[in-house]
Amino acid sequence: MSLPLLEANRLEKSFAGVRALRGVSMSLKPAEVLAVIGENGAGKSTLMKILAGVQSADSGELKVDGAARAFRSVGEALSHGVALIHQELNLAETLDVGANIFLGREPRRFGLIDERKIRSEARRYLDQVGLSIDPTTPLNALPIGQQQLVEIAKALSVNARVLIMDEPTSSLSGHEAQSLLKLIDTLRSRGVGIVYISHRLAEVEAIADRVEVLRDGENAGALQKGEICHAKMVSLMVGRELSQFYPHQTLAPGAAILDVQELRTATHPKHRNSLTVHAGEIVGIAGLVGAGRTELLEAIFGVNPPVGGTVLVQGFPLNTRSPQAVIKAGVALVPEDRKHSGLVLEMSVRENISLATLARDQRLGFLNREREQSLCQEMTSAMNIKTPSADQPVQFLSGGNQQKVVIGKWLAAAPRVLLLDEPTRGIDIGAKQEIYRLMDELASRGVGILFVSSELEEIIGMADRALVMHEGRIRGELKRAELSEESIMNLATGGDASHGSSIVQTASPFSL
Amino acid sequence: MKKILGILALLIVVCILTACLSSSFLSAYNIENVLRRSALFGILSIGVAFVIITGGIDLSLGSVVCLVGCALPWLLTVQHWPLSLAIPTVAALSIGIGLAHGLLVTKLRIQPFIVTLCGLLLYRGIARGFTRDQTVGFGNEFKPLRTLATGKIPFLPGFDIPAPLIFLVVVAIVAAIFLNRTIYGRYLLALGRNPQAATYSGIRTERMTILAYVISSGLAGLGGALFVLDVNSAQPVDFGNFYELYAIAAAVLGGCSLRGGEGAIVGVLIGAALMQVLRNTITLVTEKNNVEFAIIGAVILVGVIADELTRRIAYRRRTAQALRQTITSEA
Repeated sequence: MSLPLLEANRLEKSFAGVRALRGVSMSLKPAEVLAVIGENGAGKSTLMKILAGVQSADSGELKVDGAARAFRSVGEALSHGVALIHQELNLAETLDVGANIFLGREPRRFGLIDERKIRSEARRYLDQVGLSIDPTTPLNALPIGQQQLVEIAKALSVNARVLIMDEPTSSLSGHEAQSLLKLIDTLRSRGVGIVYISHRLAEVEAIADRVEVLRDGENAGALQKGEICHAKMVSLMVGRELSQFYPHQTLAPGAAILDVQELRTATHPKHRNSLTVHAGEIVGIAGLVGAGRTELLEAIFGVNPPVGGTVLVQGFPLNTRSPQAVIKAGVALVPEDRKHSGLVLEMSVRENISLATLARDQRLGFLNREREQSLCQEMTSAMNIKTPSADQPVQFLSGGNQQKVVIGKWLAAAPRVLLLDEPTRGIDIGAKQEIYRLMDELASRGVGILFVSSELEEIIGMADRALVMHEGRIRGELKRAELSEESIMNLATGGDASHGSSIVQTASPFSL
Repeated sequence: MKKILGILALLIVVCILTACLSSSFLSAYNIENVLRRSALFGILSIGVAFVIITGGIDLSLGSVVCLVGCALPWLLTVQHWPLSLAIPTVAALSIGIGLAHGLLVTKLRIQPFIVTLCGLLLYRGIARGFTRDQTVGFGNEFKPLRTLATGKIPFLPGFDIPAPLIFLVVVAIVAAIFLNRTIYGRYLLALGRNPQAATYSGIRTERMTILAYVISSGLAGLGGALFVLDVNSAQPVDFGNFYELYAIAAAVLGGCSLRGGEGAIVGVLIGAALMQVLRNTITLVTEKNNVEFAIIGAVILVGVIADELTRRIAYRRRTAQALRQTITSEA
């Protein structure tokens, strides 16, 4: 039994009187991948920040190689071999790769930066992460996945023995994520200990030697290698069984309400995509990141106008060059990135909810304040938005409540077609369930729903029918009975539909 | 709101201090004069506030003041155009300039700083060109027209309201209603904070941005006309010089954030008044104005620093409060 590389005992941390960690313990052995999972707000990020020296704990102890340490800065943690690979990358975009790896500790010769040494050393560390690029490449010329590898190379260059990775695959394509997981495997075989935080449970299943689950700032349980499975992780995270999770009831679909014919998006102009959504139907769009799903929704909505094709709503063609016309025709889009596209963060809950319906409710150009107020009240209670007041700026709400504000904004417009792009990304499980319930309720009122999701279980749990996209085109369609992780992944990775339906019989734990 | 009270307090303090240091500050003549200058600069400041609210900037308005201020007497006295033609011409000119700025900023996506910096050079150059650098003025003519700027409305015995103040009040009321009570004002505030979210909410952000530049140049044109009517003649080399900076400073002091999305007309008015009172104070107290820029620069800097610090404290308090409320509502 080797000594733990990193050990934390009964860590506590409070912010302004709020207890984020209530006595969390964990340990990491050399050559081990420990996954830390939990809902948003469970305390994962706080724990990681304490381990990496970004923040210090109020109480509890931290040991490196069995010796008690208290990191007061990231630099101190680094000097003991603990490195944090941030969720949002921490690199200087305009500098080259070599300069980034040695940023702040450049090798010098006669007082000047020794470029030659930077290049040769950088190449060595880049080799270790399997990146065969020239160290003089500007960082911003690299795709995000390779930038992340540069960050890992940087950590290796300071002899990090513990790598803490916070949602490392959240912005990677499927292929990039795969090669990252392979790299983690290699690093593990070299004795590096890795703390891996992810919402993507499939990855955790694939890579983790052990799983530590946090809930409400406490240890909720741990799973050893043989026990790690999706259902157990979820039930530890939420403290309840998965089977209650998706409320979806399939309804007999009504008339076609959204009809997309041979639509070509600006990003993938070669491919013509057609699809139909009926009233009361929930259609999922699955696929890997970068498959063109968001582009398809944004083309329908007119924010990124299509380069060809037609869209009909209840039989009438849409002017897809103008979001105003699309909204007027009864189409709403809840975008993927709520902070950049969904909300005006500094504005209040009320102002955000009314933003898309101001034009409809205007009186000769003047704001209709009573209507605005009543809409806000209606949506706050319908969506169960937790906010101290209607005047609270939305930046101070939790992610789940922010997302409910975005959805509330579009419910206020009473849409007939609702486009949802990753509607539950980054929000906690309670809010997720509320959003699922709402989707179901809207469908029962005859709204046609088209939603994009990267979470396979969400597609399987919520969709009456799923379209699977691969590299810009709809690769195939799966009926509810055919939905399984295997059938979706097969199409999403470029397999064909016939193969997909042949494995439909294999029961998936998520076809409820 | 707190910000506006802060700047109002500063204005009152400066007024009291100046009244103590100089007996002529509170004379009817001086008050009328300060009010007139504040009114003229207030009109410019309100215009540029709209552009600042969209997250842009308008550096050209001093040159627009110069162009209109020179073109109006030049058309009337040199070219002998009738009034009914000259007035619409300068109005169309200033609105056309705003339209051009707005189109360049939205359709070609050139940075507002660059577009209006080029405007700053261009319009003054044009004014100097057609006047051949000669001073243009009304002489003894156009007395009735000039009362628009020089006129006085009897108010109290020995104290009259300068005519430009009436223009300012009208412009300010319309602007405040537009910004706070119409959907378009809300659109401007939203797109100033987050143009992408505004677009995704179905707002025609480009049109609204163009409108803001039109308002800015249009009011600069109105200001330019009133300025030249007030002083009777314009020297193209320096007429309206630095006026854009006074206007931007007034808007920023009055609570507009250069990050966009923030601003109130009342604040801008107080900011404009503060700038003019400060200039007046410097003239009265030092009897020369060679340190004017230094003092004004320092005051603006202090104001902006104070604002940034209070903003940070408020943000921190609010975040902690929001966190606490979420926890208790979930518990």
